[in-house]
Amino acid sequence: MLRLIPLLPFVGFLINLSLGRRLSKAVAGAVACLAMFGAFLVSAWSVWTLVQMAPDSRGIVDQVAPWIESGALSIPFTLRLDPLGAVMVLVVTGIGFLIHLYSTAYMHEERASEYARYFSYLNLFASFMLVLVLGANFPVMFVGWEGVGLCSYLLIGFWFSKKSASDAGKKAFIVNRVGDFGFLLGMFMVWVQFGTLDFQAVAHQAGQLPPEAVFGTLSIATLLLFVGATGKSAQIPLHVWLPDAMEGPTPVSALIHAATMVTAGVYMIGRNAVLFSHAPETMAVIAGIGVATALMAGTIGLVQNDIKRVLAYSTVSQLGLMFVAMGVGAFAAGIFHLYTHAFFKALLFLGSGAVIHALAGEQDIRKMGGLRRELPITYWTFLIGSLAIAGVPLLSGFFSKDEILWKAFSGGHTTVWVVAVIASLLTATYMFRLVFLTFHGKRASAGSGEHAAGASHAVAGHDQASGGGPHDAHGANAGRLHDAPPAMAIALIVLAVGSVAAGYIGVPVVIGGSNRIEHFLAPSFEPPGSEGRLVSAETYRAQTGAPATAVSPTGAVVSPAEGRAEAPPTTAGASHAEAITSPEAVAEEHASELKLMAFSSGIAFAGIGLAMFFFLRRRDVTDRIAARLAGLNRVLLNKYFIDEAYDAVIVQPIYRVSERGLWTIVDAGLIDGAVNTAGESVGGWSAVLRRLQTGSIRAYALSIFVGVVVILGYYVWR
Amino acid sequence: MGTDLLLFSLFGGVAVAASLLVVLGRNPMHSVLLLIVSFAALAALYITLDSPFAAVIQIIIYAGAIMVLFLFVVMLLNAHKEDEDVPAGAPTMKKPLYMGAVLAVVLAAELVWALSVAGNEPDGMLTRGASPDSAALGSVRGLGQLLFTDYAFAFEVTSILIIVAMVGAVVLAKREL
Amino acid sequence: MVRLEYYLILSAILFATGTVGVFLRRNVITMLLSIEVMLNAVNLTFIAFGRSIGSADGQVIMFFVVTVAAAEAAVGLALVIALFRHRETLNPDVFTSLKW
Repeated sequence: MLRLIPLLPFVGFLINLSLGRRLSKAVAGAVACLAMFGAFLVSAWSVWTLVQMAPDSRGIVDQVAPWIESGALSIPFTLRLDPLGAVMVLVVTGIGFLIHLYSTAYMHEERASEYARYFSYLNLFASFMLVLVLGANFPVMFVGWEGVGLCSYLLIGFWFSKKSASDAGKKAFIVNRVGDFGFLLGMFMVWVQFGTLDFQAVAHQAGQLPPEAVFGTLSIATLLLFVGATGKSAQIPLHVWLPDAMEGPTPVSALIHAATMVTAGVYMIGRNAVLFSHAPETMAVIAGIGVATALMAGTIGLVQNDIKRVLAYSTVSQLGLMFVAMGVGAFAAGIFHLYTHAFFKALLFLGSGAVIHALAGEQDIRKMGGLRRELPITYWTFLIGSLAIAGVPLLSGFFSKDEILWKAFSGGHTTVWVVAVIASLLTATYMFRLVFLTFHGKRASAGSGEHAAGASHAVAGHDQASGGGPHDAHGANAGRLHDAPPAMAIALIVLAVGSVAAGYIGVPVVIGGSNRIEHFLAPSFEPPGSEGRLVSAETYRAQTGAPATAVSPTGAVVSPAEGRAEAPPTTAGASHAEAITSPEAVAEEHASELKLMAFSSGIAFAGIGLAMFFFLRRRDVTDRIAARLAGLNRVLLNKYFIDEAYDAVIVQPIYRVSERGLWTIVDAGLIDGAVNTAGESVGGWSAVLRRLQTGSIRAYALSIFVGVVVILGYYVWR
Repeated sequence: MGTDLLLFSLFGGVAVAASLLVVLGRNPMHSVLLLIVSFAALAALYITLDSPFAAVIQIIIYAGAIMVLFLFVVMLLNAHKEDEDVPAGAPTMKKPLYMGAVLAVVLAAELVWALSVAGNEPDGMLTRGASPDSAALGSVRGLGQLLFTDYAFAFEVTSILIIVAMVGAVVLAKREL
Repeated sequence: MVRLEYYLILSAILFATGTVGVFLRRNVITMLLSIEVMLNAVNLTFIAFGRSIGSADGQVIMFFVVTVAAAEAAVGLALVIALFRHRETLNPDVFTSLKW
C-alpha cells in the first residue's frame, strides 16, 4: 500500500513525459495535481492507520521487491512508515499538492509542451522525495536522495536557454554531488561497522553501543553523512548553490528549496537519530555549523535586493536552526521546525511569486513598494508568513523555534543559544525589511499606493483579485495590477492558515499544552525495542558514577544497564527526563522555560521594530549607514565572496588541469596518438610488404620452392 | 638379379638423361620429343615394377595425348625457333636463376636422404620375381575393383575436374569471346 | 637385386631436374614441360611404393595423377596461347602487370 505514495506521482510523470506534448495545458496540470492529491490521500489514510496503532509499535512496512542480493549484502526495496515518516510524507504530499495547484496558474504563460515538461519534472521530484522519506534502508533513501538532486537540476535549469539558469542548475547538481560523495562514504562505513544498511537494524545495533567519547568510527561515519546533509540542505560549506537556485520558477523554489528537498538532510539525521546521538563529537559539529550558517545567512539576507534571494538566505538560515536542534539532541524539535517552516516558507515563496507575477517579472524590491493596496490577498498571506517566521507568539513558527532555543539553552549549549538568538533577531529584521520595502511605502516607479504608516492596521484597499487573464496588460505603468488568480490564491490562503495553526500540535507543557508532536515522534528516535529505558542524567550519574557524555534522542540518557529502567516514559511534557526529578526542580525548569519564551518573543518584536524604524519610517538613516559602512555592505552583498573563493581555489584549477592536462596531453596526445599510430603503422607495414608482389611469375615460383625446401628441411632435420 | 639391375640402370639412365636434356635444351621442339623418350623409359621402369597397366597408361595418355598437345601448341606458336632472344624491355632475372639452381640441388639432396630412410624395410627387395599376388597386382580387374570401391569418390571428382578443364581451356583459348 | 631406394633416388633426381627447369628457362612451354617431368617423378615414387607394399593403390593414384596432369596441361597451354596472342612472346618475365 505504501508503494502507491511514490508511485502515483511517478505515473503522473510518465504520462506527462510521454503524452505531454499532445495534452492541453489544463489536462497536463490536472494529471499532475491529481497524482499529488492521490498521493496525499493515500498518505493521510496510511497515517490514520498508523495512528490507530499502539504508540510503541507504530510502523507500516511495504517490502516492494528484493533489490540487491549479493552474498552477505541484502538490500530489499522496502518502504517503511513510522511517526517521523508520517510527518514528512504529509508535508511533502500536502504542501506539494498545493504548490502543484499554484503552478497551474503561475506557469500558465508557457507553451503547452513546456508546461507538461514542468509538471512531469515536478511529479518526478515528488516521487523521488517520497522514496527518500519512506525508504527503510540507506540505499533506498539514497535513490531518492540522488533523484531529488536530479530533479532539482532539471527544475532550476528549467528555462535552460537562459545561461544563468542552466549555470545555476549545474552548480546545484555539482555541489550536491560533493555532498553525496560524503553520504556514500558514510553509508559504506555504516555497512562496514554494522553489517546492515536497514535503518531499524542499524539503530538497534547502535543503541547497544556506548556513546563514543573520542573521535572514532561512529563519529567519522556520521560526520560523512552530515557532509551529505550539508550538500543537500545548503549549510556551510556547501550552501553556495541555494541562492543561485532562485533562477528556477518560483513554485520550484517553494517546493524544493523551502519545504522539501533541502529538508532531506535534516530528515536524514532524524532518521539516524540513534546513530548520531552516539557520536557526540559529530553532534557538536552539527550544532556549530548549523548556528554559524544561520548567522551568516542572516547577515547576507539583510542586504539582498532580490525578493527571492532574501527568502533563499532565510531558508538557509532556518535550516541552520534545524541543524542546531539536531545537534543538541532535540530531534523532535528539529522536525517540528521543519514542519512549520515548510508551511510558512512555502507561503512566503508563493507570495513572492504572486508579486513577481503581478509585476510581470520584476524581482528587485527597490523597485517595489506600496503593493499592499493592490495585492491584498498576497499582502495579508505574506504578512502572516512573515510573522510566523519571525517567531511572533501564537503562530506556528513561535512554537517550533522556541522549542529549539529552549532545548539548546537547557542542554547547556549556551554559546549556540546566544548565536541562535542573534540569528532569530536578524530573521525578524530582514523579513520585515522585505515586507516593508515590498508592500508598504511608495512605489519606486510610478505607482498608485500612498504612503502608509505603521505595521499593522486595517486596510481599506479594494479587492483586485481577478481571474488569470491575459498578462500582456501587465506592467508597472499599465494601471491596475491583478492579485493572485484563484489557483494561486487558494494555495496562499491554505498555507497561511497552516502557518498559524500548524504549531498547535507542539504546544509546550509550560503553557498548558501537551507537546503532542514530541511524543508522537519519540519512538522514531529511540532504538527499536528499547522504550522504557530512559533515566534522568542525575540517576545515571548516581548509578554508574560516570558523567553522562551523551544525550539520548529524546533528552534522557540511555542507561546501558540491563533490565527495565526505574521509570517508565511519562507523558509529562518537555522531555527533559523529569521522571525522577523532584517537583521543585520541575517548577524551576518551567519558570526558566517561560522566561526564555518571553525573551524570544521579545526578540521577535524587537526585530520587527528595528525593521519598522530602518525601513519604514527613517529610510534616510538606513541609507546613511549604508554609505558609511560601504565596505561591510559590499562584503555582505557579495555573500562574503565565498563563491569567488571557491571559483579561484577549486573551479579554475580543475578547468586548467582538464584543459591543458587531460585534454591536450592525455586525450589528444596519448589516446589519439595511440590510435593514429596504430593506423599509420598498418599503412607503413603494408607499404613495406607490398614489395613482395613483383608480378614476376618466376619470383613467385621461387618463393614457393623456397618454402617447400624449408619445410622439407625442417622435417628432415627432426 | 643382375638383369634387374641392368634393366633398371639402363632405363633409369635414359630417363635422367632425357629429362636433363629437356630442361637444358634450347629448342622447345627438341624438349618435347626428348620428354617423350623420357616417358617411354619410365614406362619400361613401370613394367619392371610389375605395373603393366600403369606403363600402358603412361604411353597412351602421357606420351600419346599430352605430348601431342604440346607439339601442336609448339608448332602453332612457332616456338621451335630459338627462344632465348629476349624481347626488348623484359628484365633478365639472374638472381632467381642462380638461387633456383642452388635450391634445386638442395632439394635433391633432401629428397634423396628422406626417401632413402623410408626404404629401410627388412625386405626392401623389389624385383624379386613373382610376389605372392603379383598377378593380382597388375591386373586390370584388381585395379578396376579398387578404383570403383575405395577410390570411387576421387574418381567422380576427377571426372568433374576433366570437364572443368575442358571448358576452361576452350574459354581461355578462344579468340575474342 | 634392385632395392626400393634406387627407384626413390631416381625419382628424386628427376624431380630436382624438373624443378631446375622451371626456374632456369625463359620459355613458358619449357616450364610446363619441366612441370610434367616433376609429375612423372612423383608417379614413379607412387608406383614404387605401391609395389613395395604389394597393393595396387600406387597404380590407382598414378592414374589419377595422370588425369590431373592432363587437365592441367590442357588449361596451361590454353593460357599460353592466350598470353601469346597478347604479347607475341613466350618469355614469362614480360608479364608483370600484377606488380604493386
